[in-house]
Amino acid sequence: MTFTGWLTIVLFAAVLTALAFPLGSYMAAVYSGRRVFLSPLLGAPERFLYRLIRADPSKQQDWKAYAKSLLLFSLAGWLLLYLILRTQDAFFVPHLLNPQGFHSGTWNVTFNTTSSFMTNTNWQYYSGEVSMSYLSQMIGLTVQNWLSAGVGIVVAVALIRGIVGRSGKSLGNFWQDLVRTILYVLAPISVVAALVLVSQGVIDNFASYLTVHTITGLTQSIAMGPVASQEAIKELGTNGGGFFNVNSAHPFENPTQFTNFFEMLLVLIVPAALIFTYGRMTGNRRQGYAIYGAVMLMFLGAVVVAYIAEAHGSPAQHAAGLHTGAISGSGGGNMEGKEQRFGIAGSALFDVITTVTSCGAVNSALESFTGIGGAVPFANLSASEVIFGGVGTGLYSILLYVLLAVFIGGLMVGRTPEWLGKKIEAREIKLAGLGILITPLAALFCTAMATATKAGVASISENALSKAGANTPQGFSETFYAYLSQANNNGSAFAGYTGYLAPSAGNLGAHGITFADLLGGFDMVFARYAPILFALAVAGSLAGKRISPAGLGTMRTDNPTFVVLLIGVIVLVGALTFFPALLLGPIVQGLTGHLY
Amino acid sequence: MKSDTGHDVVTAVIAMIVFTLLLGVVYPFFVEGASQVAFPGAANGSKVYVNGRLVGSRLIGQSFGTPVLEKDGKAKEEKGAVVTEADPRYFQTRPSATEGGADNAAASTFSNRGPNSVKTREADEENIKAYMELNTAANRQPYDPALTVAKIPVDAVNTSASGLDPEISEANAHIQAYRIAALRHLSLATVDSLIGKYTSGRGLGFSGEPGVNVLELNLALDRGHIRRSPGSGGAGA
Repeated sequence: MTFTGWLTIVLFAAVLTALAFPLGSYMAAVYSGRRVFLSPLLGAPERFLYRLIRADPSKQQDWKAYAKSLLLFSLAGWLLLYLILRTQDAFFVPHLLNPQGFHSGTWNVTFNTTSSFMTNTNWQYYSGEVSMSYLSQMIGLTVQNWLSAGVGIVVAVALIRGIVGRSGKSLGNFWQDLVRTILYVLAPISVVAALVLVSQGVIDNFASYLTVHTITGLTQSIAMGPVASQEAIKELGTNGGGFFNVNSAHPFENPTQFTNFFEMLLVLIVPAALIFTYGRMTGNRRQGYAIYGAVMLMFLGAVVVAYIAEAHGSPAQHAAGLHTGAISGSGGGNMEGKEQRFGIAGSALFDVITTVTSCGAVNSALESFTGIGGAVPFANLSASEVIFGGVGTGLYSILLYVLLAVFIGGLMVGRTPEWLGKKIEAREIKLAGLGILITPLAALFCTAMATATKAGVASISENALSKAGANTPQGFSETFYAYLSQANNNGSAFAGYTGYLAPSAGNLGAHGITFADLLGGFDMVFARYAPILFALAVAGSLAGKRISPAGLGTMRTDNPTFVVLLIGVIVLVGALTFFPALLLGPIVQGLTGHLY
Repeated sequence: MKSDTGHDVVTAVIAMIVFTLLLGVVYPFFVEGASQVAFPGAANGSKVYVNGRLVGSRLIGQSFGTPVLEKDGKAKEEKGAVVTEADPRYFQTRPSATEGGADNAAASTFSNRGPNSVKTREADEENIKAYMELNTAANRQPYDPALTVAKIPVDAVNTSASGLDPEISEANAHIQAYRIAALRHLSLATVDSLIGKYTSGRGLGFSGEPGVNVLELNLALDRGHIRRSPGSGGAGA
């Protein structure tokens, strides 16, 4: 551990908060229909878009109508993306946009990839630079990077409207919210961010792969592509699907120490800002501060543990005789699967950020993290992506937890629970409870299926088996992480686990592992849309309720006591659900120096 | 209600097409065009040329090895990849886990070896052995008299995340400097000052770790280190 390492972590939290606050106010204005500084520029294109897609933004939708528009739009996106990926080598694809001549994906891995990008998961069984054409990356994957982010955000906005709504059942208009999210929030930041990234060395071109003749007489082939445009929205939309196989560890995706810091900000800025947006829209900013305080505390806790564990080094390193302390000119620590320019702090911080949000764009190899360091991403996912969480998904998920905390608090003091003046009744608690439990249920069910069947075990990497070929805690970690990550729509991986075998570049002779592809695909879709429906149903249920003035007995949801209660509920639900499974994988490795 | 759903379907399909054109064609082409105008060098891969010949990218690590030759003079191959051995006259990059040879920039990958795995320990031991051999002179004394296994910086032994790390730690470079100085008949101070010239600082002064760019450093060695204008190193012609 080093002083600059700790300084990076502290400064990051400060800069993030300073930027998220104004963005949160701006977004509150956008979703309340007030004029913002971009209105003169974007008003006309916005109205043009409504006409083009034949949507009437003034039409108010109740939760069912809102959900229907959302589901139909997602279905259209799924079908189009599947079509694009399956016709990658068709005659109508121009050579310029598939210069390496990659073949189309197989049906099973394409099913997984399509489900993955539509649900903002961006779990990747394929490897970008050996199987995806530039055209697929642009009109397929990049587009879903935008749209899946937009869908997440509008659900959070709709839930806020339900919570604060004073009359009727309206949650707003899905199409209006979607268009505004893209035009007013994502587009301006994304375009600027892409150009900043290019200025630092992130590539953006349509050239075929370079052939280099090195000074020692070797040849090297270097992958190219339109990276920066996808990189910016990949981080901003907490998508996380890398253009290249190693994602944000690749020097062409994340070339410098500065871009590493910048990309971390891009990942967290919208989820953090949305919490302030919530405070603004409820008319009581302290409501936002309370949630922000709770998630920031949990976030910093995770970072501290990961940093200390990784700086300590791994049992394998120590057994080999390496000294892992910091020395002059080297930060030391567990550098297996980490890049020199990021070091231990820059890798630990990035990977905590990417696993608390639903991003998943790692800059180092999670599978090579130490037992305890690797347990941190597990814990983040076990908290169901509420510690900031994905764009939108984080906020609507934690609001369900707030509801639960209010209910439990109400039980403890023996009064009818109220939240922002609205009575919480059996219907809301049932819906919120289901919304919270769906994701863990999907994750554990799929893990059990994959651990208990021969077809599931086939996906475990050779490196995670013992020399005699037996399964190890590492193999279980890989499997568990795969389905936990897909259920939480995160997309980061203990990347040895595979659903796709490509013996040679270009998809030639490639085949998917059908079991892992399909199970993961259903895992992602189910755990994305079921909670969305429950969140919208809660919104619909709350929208029509009358607001009663706060009395003496009302439990406040904007003070430190509530922050503690909220953290307690989140930790308790996560721990009770996942602790037994966590023991079998990362914790057993973290507690022993034993090598398998 | 029926017609409502019909209308929603139409809107969903049109919206999908419109957004695909806007976000999948207009946006990427705009970013590409603006990048090519404003930052052509960076947007095209930070290429490095020597006498008009493309020798690499400043950002992509490469192997400074020479092909191992068979008895018939052909390059030896294993699993379709040329077998190489490190050229001791150049600084060496970090170990890489890519397939088809180290630093394969057409297929980046992690090693995915676990923290408690015997295979990780064995890989580390192998890399330690290779590093010690490379930095040991013919008289069996290490070039750096203080070099022992415990002194080897971790980055010199652990594989990088991308398999394409262009940088090594300063500690790693300073150990290798003894070898370079001996084999190239330079003073240690000269090599060390060259290392300083190609060491990046921390981002914004605090973020990340300093690193030494190996390609730029090796090119500077080949050019002859003496009195070149600072900053011209490796930037390309």
